[in-house]
Amino acid sequence: MGAQLRTIRRRIATTKSMAKITRAQELIASSRIVKAQQRVRESGPYARQITRAISALVSHNVGVGHPLLTERTDSNRVAVLLITSDRGFAGGYNANVIREAEGLMTLLREQGKEPVPYIVGRKGVGWYRFREREFAAEWTGFSDKPRFQHAEAIGRTLVGEFEKPADEGGVAEIHVVYTEFMSMLTQTAQVRRLLPLEIEEAEEAPSEQSDGVLPAYEFEPSAETVLDALLPNYIESRIWHMLLQSAASEHAQRRRAMKSATDNANDVIENLTRVANQARQAEITQEISEIVGGANALAESSAGSE
Amino acid sequence: MAKLHVELVSPEREIWAGEADMVVAKTIEGEMGILPGHAPVLGLLVDGSVVRIKPADESEIISAMVSGGFFSVASNEVSVLAEYAELGGEIDLDAAREEYERVSGLEGEDAALAQRRARARLRAAGQEV
Repeated sequence: MGAQLRTIRRRIATTKSMAKITRAQELIASSRIVKAQQRVRESGPYARQITRAISALVSHNVGVGHPLLTERTDSNRVAVLLITSDRGFAGGYNANVIREAEGLMTLLREQGKEPVPYIVGRKGVGWYRFREREFAAEWTGFSDKPRFQHAEAIGRTLVGEFEKPADEGGVAEIHVVYTEFMSMLTQTAQVRRLLPLEIEEAEEAPSEQSDGVLPAYEFEPSAETVLDALLPNYIESRIWHMLLQSAASEHAQRRRAMKSATDNANDVIENLTRVANQARQAEITQEISEIVGGANALAESSAGSE
Repeated sequence: MAKLHVELVSPEREIWAGEADMVVAKTIEGEMGILPGHAPVLGLLVDGSVVRIKPADESEIISAMVSGGFFSVASNEVSVLAEYAELGGEIDLDAAREEYERVSGLEGEDAALAQRRARARLRAAGQEV
């Protein structure tokens, strides 16, 4: 077998095994999207109820002057939480989040503020380390399967930073850059301000509108205490929501990246097979013409001698 | 008689939902029994307490250990939102007892919370502590 043919065959073999791997990754990602979406759904009732409770509290005007609801002017530090993934192979997932965050930080700097990054996910941490940039804290190891404890830990840290006095490095605002799962096909990196709080209506708000007016709640033990306890929970639930959305997006983008990798590999295999066939055919043709040429030469030489 | 529509949810999932005759939850100021027609209330749950639900279909009382969170009552809808919750039936009794033995000797504020949680877990599982 000719050397050219052998190298091509070897390339076909490696491409095939690569296609198998990417195909497996694609299938794994697809099954995980379903699970991730399921978890997004399961977190729905809690998010809806806590939003309703907070809205009820705020409509009773107990939130006025609460530190978590008021703008701080004494510090120009701004925390930016980036939610990236732990593993690569997810197309532009991390690049999009990081680009969005860079845009936000440039904007903040232009406004004379000092952004302080907080990072979720090994890829984001790696990106910052490689560029030797500073960041305040990192959380890794759960990006594809977050648990509520993680959201709780992140929430506590961030709220703690927000409540610190300015001279101890307290931050005046907290922004989050994460990836929203719009549909199987679209996931977009988005920026949200977490603190000071703006109460967002739960996404399924329309269905709740039937009982539009909030009931006149009594608070046990008192409205202020309830609000104090509820606001950190609400923030954790927002972070939880963002972690879940990001996880679902990560799987969706990985699935797409792996699908196009598999498709590409199959294209490459097809092209290489053609080249290999051509090389094989050329070899055969050459061999035949050599045999025919040799036979002719032999016949001629023996005819001449007689 | 009117029934209560009860939802017991944690951030990760819905733990129990259905019709009930009565819900008992513990706030900082004491235990509170909620019957149909109760006035709207928003109350904080004691971290490490037991919530009991008496289902409308006369089946066994459901106990759940909850840590942190709150409950809201409005127009016969009761939502219990616990930061962490475990149904009595899902609790591993041996592990819970072991945990209770382990923390009951400790002292300090964290230990008090751990003890409360461990006791609530055992009580939700139907043990007398």
